[in-house]
Amino acid sequence: MRKVLFLAHTEADGTLSRNALETLTAAKALAEGLGGEFAAGLVGADVQAAADSVASCGASFYGVSGEAFGQSRYATDVNACEALVKASGADIVVAPATMRFSRALPGVAVRVDGRVDTHCTGVSVKDGKAVAERWFYRQRMKGELSRDERPWIVTLSPGCYEAFSGSGQADVQAVEAESVTRSTVTGIKAPDVDEQTIRPDAEMLFVTGAGWTKKQGDGEIHVQRAEGVIKGFLDSTKASLGSSKSLVDISGEGQAVISFLTHLHQVGQTGSTPRHTKGLATCCHGEEPHVVGWRFIQERRAINKDASCGWAQGKADVLYVGDAFEIMEKVNELLRD
Amino acid sequence: MSEFHIVVCGSIVPDPLQTLEPVQGADGPALKNEMMLPAVLDPWAGHALFEAAELAKKHEGSKVWLVTLGPKAKLQQVMMNVAQKVPFELVCVDGPASGFDDSFEVARVLSGAIEGIAGLEKEKMLVFGGWQSASRGSGAVMQMVGERLGVTEQFQGVDKLVVGDDGSLEVLERVEGGAWQTAVCDSAPAVLGWATGELPEPPNNPQVGMQNMRLIMPALQQAKAADMGASGLSFGSVELPQQRRETRVVKDVPAEDIAREIVEWIRS
Repeated sequence: MRKVLFLAHTEADGTLSRNALETLTAAKALAEGLGGEFAAGLVGADVQAAADSVASCGASFYGVSGEAFGQSRYATDVNACEALVKASGADIVVAPATMRFSRALPGVAVRVDGRVDTHCTGVSVKDGKAVAERWFYRQRMKGELSRDERPWIVTLSPGCYEAFSGSGQADVQAVEAESVTRSTVTGIKAPDVDEQTIRPDAEMLFVTGAGWTKKQGDGEIHVQRAEGVIKGFLDSTKASLGSSKSLVDISGEGQAVISFLTHLHQVGQTGSTPRHTKGLATCCHGEEPHVVGWRFIQERRAINKDASCGWAQGKADVLYVGDAFEIMEKVNELLRD
Repeated sequence: MSEFHIVVCGSIVPDPLQTLEPVQGADGPALKNEMMLPAVLDPWAGHALFEAAELAKKHEGSKVWLVTLGPKAKLQQVMMNVAQKVPFELVCVDGPASGFDDSFEVARVLSGAIEGIAGLEKEKMLVFGGWQSASRGSGAVMQMVGERLGVTEQFQGVDKLVVGDDGSLEVLERVEGGAWQTAVCDSAPAVLGWATGELPEPPNNPQVGMQNMRLIMPALQQAKAADMGASGLSFGSVELPQQRRETRVVKDVPAEDIAREIVEWIRS
C-alpha cells in the first residue's frame, strides 16, 4: 500500500500558510489517485491548532512540537521532518515550497536515502504512477517527471492549487525529534515600507523597466518624478513591485536609479517569477530572459513607446503605446478620485 | 581573527540571452546544440564566489576553492573570464552541467570532490554556492552537499554574512514577503547558499587571471570523469510553453483614454 505524506510547518501565529493549504489539496488528490493511505505531518511550536484547522482532510496526523521547532532553522527543521517521514512510513512526501522547507527538505532526502524535486507546479497520477511537473532553465521549459526511488519528496510552488479548507478535531500522534543546533534565530528584518516589495498576496504585479531612468523627450532624466509616479501607483493599488534585471543592474553600477529598487524586486531570468492575477509592465524591454518574470501572471498589460517590444508582443494581452510617465500620472489621478 | 577554508560550488549555464530549446537525447532530455551554446558561470554561483573572495581577503590565511562539475572544454572557456575576477583554486570534475541531471547525483559528485581536497580543514570550512541555479533551479544541491559532508548549520537565500570577533557568523537569509531572517551561527563549518549578496561583479584583473590560470589549466587537464550513477529519474516530456497571446496594440490614443481603460481593468 502506498502512502502519501503531506508535510507542512506552522507560521508564527500557529496557522498553516496558504501555500501549505494549497499543497494539502494536491497531496490529498494524489493519495486518492494512487489509492493509497494519506498522512499529514506538521512541524511547529504547537501544531494542534493547525491540525484542527484541516482535520477533515482524512489524513492521520503526526506532529513534532516544541519551541525549537517554532523557528525556521535548518538543523531543527531537518531533524523534525526526518522524524515525521520515518514515523509515517510514507513513500511520497508532498510539501509546500516555502523558504523554510526549501531550505530543509533536500537535506531530509539525503537522510532518508530518498530523492527530492523542488518548486514543482503539479503532482498527479498517470497510468497508476505519481508524476510531477516543474519548470527548467528559469521557467523557460516545462517537464513532467517521475522517479523510482522512495521516499520521493516533492515541494509545490504557491498558486498552483485551490487552498484546502475543512476544520475539525484532529488526533495528532506526537513524534520526537532532536533540537540540537549551533544557530540562533535573532529576528526578522523587514523593508521599511511594505508596498515596496514583491508581495505574493497582492492581486497585481507592477513591473518597472529601465525606461523610467532613461532620458525623456526633453533630453533629461526624471528619476524623482518616476519615483513619485511609481509610489503613487503602489499607494493606490497595493500592488507588488517588480523590476527588470536591467534596472537592478544599473543600481549595481552606481548610476542614478529608482532609489527603492533592490535585487529583491528583480523578476525574470535571475529574479523571481511571482504569481499574480494581473500584471502591468511599464518601460520594459527585452526578450525571453525578462519575459519569464511574468510567465505566471494571468492577465498582462504593458505600456511602452515601442509597438514591437519583445516584452509585450505575443506575451501581453494589451500593449499601450505611449509615454508611461504621462499615462501613469493620469492613472494615479483617476485612482485617487 | 578567524581563518576560513571556503569551498564554492558552482557550474556553468547557457548564456541567459540564448534561445533554449529542449531535445530528446540518448540519455534523456537535453538542450538543442548544448555544446555550441555560449556558457557563463551560473549567476548565483558567481555571487557566492565574489563573496567568498571578499571574505578571504578580510580574513588572513583563508583560502578559496571553486568546485565545479561540467564539461571541461566549456569550463576552460568560462574560466578564461572568471579567473580574472578573484583569486581561487579550481577543483574540476568533468561531467554534464545539464539542468536535467539529478540534483541528488550532482550533490554526491560535488561532495566527493570536496572530500578529496588536500589541506581542507573541515572545522574551518564554509561551503558556499548559489541558492538556485539558472539551469535546474532546484535550490537543493547545496543542502545535500552539506548533509553529505556532515554540516548541519545551513542557510539559504543569503544576502549578507558578518563574521564576529569570536568567529561567529551572522547571516541574513531571504524569507517570504521581501524580508530577511537574521540568525547567528556560533562558528564554521556551515553551508551558505547565496542569493545576490551585496557585492558587484569585480572588474577584470589580468594579474589575478594569470595567477589563477597557472593552477586552473592543470586542474582542468587532470579532471576526472564524473560517475553520475544510475538515477531513477525519468522524464515523460520536456517542452517549451506554446502559448502565444494575441496582443491588442493600442496606439495613437490620448493618454487620458489609455489611463481610463487601465483603471477600469484594475478595478474589474
